[in-house]
Amino acid sequence: MAVCIAVIAKENYPLYIRSTPTEDELKFHYMVHTSLDVVDEKISAMGKALVDQRELYLGLLYPTEDYKVYGYVTNSKVKFVMVVDSSNTALRDNEIRSMFRKLHNSYTDVMCNPFYNPGDRIQSR
Amino acid sequence: MSPTRWDFPVELCCRPMAFVTLTGLDVVYNAVHRAVWDAFCANRRADRVPISFKVLPGDHEYPKCRSKRTSYEWYIPKGILKTGWMNKHLNLVPALVVVFYELDWDEPQWKEKQSECATRVEIVRQSLQGRNTKVAVVLIQKKAPLPPGEDVIASERAAALCNVCELSGKSLFVLPHTDHLVGYIIRLENAFYEHAQTYYYTEIRRVKSHKEFLNKTTHQICRLCFQHNTPLDAIAQFRKHIDLCKKKIGSAELSFEHAAWMSKQFQAFGDLFDEAIKLGLTAIQTQNPGFYYQQAAYYAQERKQHAKALCNHDASVTYPSPDPLETQTGVLDFYGQRPWRQGILSFDLSDPDKEKAGILAIQLKERSVVHSEIVITLLSNAVAQFKKYKCPRMKSHLMVQMGEEYYYAKDYTKALKLLDYVMCDYRSEGWWTLLTSILTTALKCSYLMAQLKDYITYSLELLGRASTLKDGQKSRIEKNLMNVLMNESPDPEPDCDTLAVKTAQKLWADRVSLAGSNVFTIGVQDFVPFVQCKAKFHAPSFHVDVPVQFDVYLKADCPHPIRFSKLCVSFNNQGYNQFCVLEEASRASEVLENLTQGKMCLVPGKTRKLSFKFVAKTEDVGKKIEITSVDLVLGSESGRCVVLSWQGGGGDAASSQEALQAARSFKRRPKLPDNEVHWDSIIVQASTMIISRVPNISVHLRHEPPALMNEMYCLVVTVQSHEKSQIRDVKLTAGLKPGQDANLTQKTHVTLHGAELCDESYPALLTDIPVGDLHPGEQLEKTVYVRCGTVGSRMFLVYVSYLINTTVEGKEIVCKCHKDETVTIETVFPFDVAVRFVSTKFEHLERVYADIPFLLMTDVLSASPWALTIVSSELQLAPSMTAVDHLESQVDKVVLQTGESASECFCLRCPSAGNVEGGVATGHYIISWKRASGMDSIPVIRTVITLPHVIVENIPLHVNADLPSFGRVRESLPVRYHLQNKTDLVQDVEISVEPSDAFMFSGLKQIRLRILPGTKQEMLYNFYPLMAGYQQLPSLNINLLRFPSFTNQLLRRFIPTSIFVKKLAIEYLGRRGDSWMTPLLLLRDDQDQPSVFRQRPQGSAYETHCDLEL
Repeated sequence: MAVCIAVIAKENYPLYIRSTPTEDELKFHYMVHTSLDVVDEKISAMGKALVDQRELYLGLLYPTEDYKVYGYVTNSKVKFVMVVDSSNTALRDNEIRSMFRKLHNSYTDVMCNPFYNPGDRIQSR
Repeated sequence: MSPTRWDFPVELCCRPMAFVTLTGLDVVYNAVHRAVWDAFCANRRADRVPISFKVLPGDHEYPKCRSKRTSYEWYIPKGILKTGWMNKHLNLVPALVVVFYELDWDEPQWKEKQSECATRVEIVRQSLQGRNTKVAVVLIQKKAPLPPGEDVIASERAAALCNVCELSGKSLFVLPHTDHLVGYIIRLENAFYEHAQTYYYTEIRRVKSHKEFLNKTTHQICRLCFQHNTPLDAIAQFRKHIDLCKKKIGSAELSFEHAAWMSKQFQAFGDLFDEAIKLGLTAIQTQNPGFYYQQAAYYAQERKQHAKALCNHDASVTYPSPDPLETQTGVLDFYGQRPWRQGILSFDLSDPDKEKAGILAIQLKERSVVHSEIVITLLSNAVAQFKKYKCPRMKSHLMVQMGEEYYYAKDYTKALKLLDYVMCDYRSEGWWTLLTSILTTALKCSYLMAQLKDYITYSLELLGRASTLKDGQKSRIEKNLMNVLMNESPDPEPDCDTLAVKTAQKLWADRVSLAGSNVFTIGVQDFVPFVQCKAKFHAPSFHVDVPVQFDVYLKADCPHPIRFSKLCVSFNNQGYNQFCVLEEASRASEVLENLTQGKMCLVPGKTRKLSFKFVAKTEDVGKKIEITSVDLVLGSESGRCVVLSWQGGGGDAASSQEALQAARSFKRRPKLPDNEVHWDSIIVQASTMIISRVPNISVHLRHEPPALMNEMYCLVVTVQSHEKSQIRDVKLTAGLKPGQDANLTQKTHVTLHGAELCDESYPALLTDIPVGDLHPGEQLEKTVYVRCGTVGSRMFLVYVSYLINTTVEGKEIVCKCHKDETVTIETVFPFDVAVRFVSTKFEHLERVYADIPFLLMTDVLSASPWALTIVSSELQLAPSMTAVDHLESQVDKVVLQTGESASECFCLRCPSAGNVEGGVATGHYIISWKRASGMDSIPVIRTVITLPHVIVENIPLHVNADLPSFGRVRESLPVRYHLQNKTDLVQDVEISVEPSDAFMFSGLKQIRLRILPGTKQEMLYNFYPLMAGYQQLPSLNINLLRFPSFTNQLLRRFIPTSIFVKKLAIEYLGRRGDSWMTPLLLLRDDQDQPSVFRQRPQGSAYETHCDLEL
């Protein structure tokens, strides 16, 4: 399980951010925010690769002592960031990928909701 | 132990170098040896291999190798790494011992020398007993070596020597003592370095095989890895090391020591990494020293927390005596050992009291450490790194942490400076949670320093919509803000240091007692305050005769209603500012107060609309009125007051994004009561144009396009007033519309007087022609004449302006109104003129011949859609031309309709004029014309056409013939040829006449004669026509002996070749049924050749037929 999941808008403001240990929420907010440095860099390095050939999964963004931060970017430049406990060795790259895919699907569902206005904060029940 | 006990010992921090000893060198007495030694160690530059050399005697005693225990148990209690270990391996135990020996290959006493060398090697081996140190032999030779393979003795003896000394061939070197000593030395040195490396690698493997903790060696391993350009290995080694040590916290009472140690590890690795980068290693965004400094800072923070929890002893607790941290020698046998446990072999705490005293001593020492300083240094190191590796957000985050650390360290000024610096990054990216957290800290700092303006600014934002604070906290902040505005002290912020709060309260009390400087103007465009503002003009433009109206919308986001004391709007034209101020009613008009009270109060979440209206100044017509700022005053000038100043028509740091979202939204907004509006639906409109009053006149143009080039084109302008009152100062501007091609301006002239032609001095646009006043319904007419010097289309502008008095909002103003009309007029050539040169036989002429008359024909073809009158035409001949005939005009008063043409024909002669390049000028043809419809007063236009030049050619002999215009059958026809010599030479002329079937003739049939220069010769012939019709004359052939180019073809151009011969004086008019006779035949007496005949093919059956008929 990820300890923190965030959906970041194209303009880099958070659309949705949630962490499981709620007592140290701020730390995860900062972690997600700083990881955008790497996301930005990776996106700009990706350049104008063909859209269908582009890999959405950005891989490990940066490791900290206690956590690993993974990134994913949709074609519309909406970013997903996931923070995983470093000690959780059960989560391999493939698991992370599939989690992101699930997250992407959920995000697509949100976008399909006619009552959702793209760019607004996402509410989760 | 010193407070720097977490620093690494010197031997760990230096650059590790291979230790190589040199033996057998007598550097004191032997000059050659001295030179060798100098070459090794003098001026060692950084690019040479890292070896430290030492000269030792051959029998030097190296540190003895201890016998190894088979079990590790023996070592554990004492410690892991002895303090002397590193020094031993760096400076005492060599990796390689080199034996220098003077020996040439051709040494006569080879055997003796060989065994002496072997003995020396043996001695060295003895002294190194038990160590894996390598041994090498260098032979110092006087002779330069032969190329390898050529010296048979050398290779034999080398093999023998190796054998005796038990050396591998790789360990035997030759050092010829020649000019290139340094070069040889460098090669030797590299070979030594290789040997040394092999040694250290085996040693490392051996040490590693102990499977012990390699705490301190990690540092050196990593450094080596960096040096060997394998940073990933270094990082991996470090990770392994850290993962291993992370869990070994040790004593709970001294857990801060572990944190400190971890911090130091990370810092050291960061330093190493950074050092490697300075030496050329490239780091990347996700793997740079910054991360290690950051982690070091976190451990330093952890250390601080542990220390805070563990070292909070009472002031009464004293430092234990004797100092348990002192040892007799001042040094420790092993790294990381407790000083009071020296030499204790087991984990059993033999002396609990001593243990307690030791821990207490360490804890008390820890109290004196300034943790924040360490943390801040590490963080700022990390900031510098992240800045370098394009991590702006990481940098901001670290700066926030630095700010917070400064806050803990009670350095509020620095804290505020850092926090204030990074706030805008979080604000601009819309991370409100983080912004709120930073603002909360910043608010505390500003409270503790009693910084009024900062305190107010942060409060404003923490109350705003971007703040994620709970309502309770907002409520508290709003209350504090109100207190501050009422010149009172705010309540302290929660979780502040009690001592600092006490100081702050005093500061606040001082602020209250201080008078003056109580107005704070805060520009809100860079943050998100709790009051939002939008200003909106009702329309993007206003006519000057209606009042300008706009609304200011305000909305408060704070939890409680808030009252403002003043709202004023500023414009780019400051003259309007006075009309747009809303102020609390003065005490005098208390009746009104109740009314305005509601207006001046902002209810949270409700949009408040405030309307303004003013009359624009007439001089602002055509200008933009822009709202430059909206100022909202909170508090009173008697207490403290804050001016929130929005630039332009409102909007703050977050509003543009919100506006975008609102525009995207499909949501239906719930219906609101009539006079309320949705905040999101209001769009800022901060500027409006003042435009002139709508004119109420009509302007008509009457004209007959297209214009003809150079004519005085008549444009009649009719102006009629439909205004209700008299209009004054009516002015007309007419002419070429500005902004077109500059050439048009040069070639267009406008005048009001059509009676005379206007010239270059007339302007292209007549401006502000006064035409007087107009009563309601009255109309006036003005005629403008335009002369266009070039063809093409032009835009003409007719602009009528006038003044009228009108009233707006009870204020009388004079409005200037104007109406303009534009019209595009095409200008065309009135006619096309074609000019031709033909011979007197109407044959086309390429060139004319000197003195021989020719005809000039002009055709004027009207291209104008309107009828033209050609008043007259005139041919002005150039001096080189003379007229044969009169030159009066043949087309005077001719009226040409469209497509009609008028032709003239002039007979001219050109005297001989030498050979002129480009021909001879003919002259000008001038046509005076006007529109047929034009009045008499309209001037006549003279169009001058320059006639083409003509090439004049001289001919040597001029021949012309005199003959009647026709002949009759069987009647004598006298023909006289005149031959004139035009040259300065005597001409020999051969003349012959060829007989013709149609004629008999008398005269000289063939003759040869001479004609003197300038003289004439006449030839008389009597032709006797035999047949009627158009008959070919007997042809005259002339041959000039001197001018072979004078051909009979040329001759035929000047003299007639056929003549019409009449038969009877009757008229016959008839028509033949035969198809080949279809043309109408016309035979008439006294008539020159009827054209029909001329077209008949010569020699056809017709003539015969005709003869038969008649």
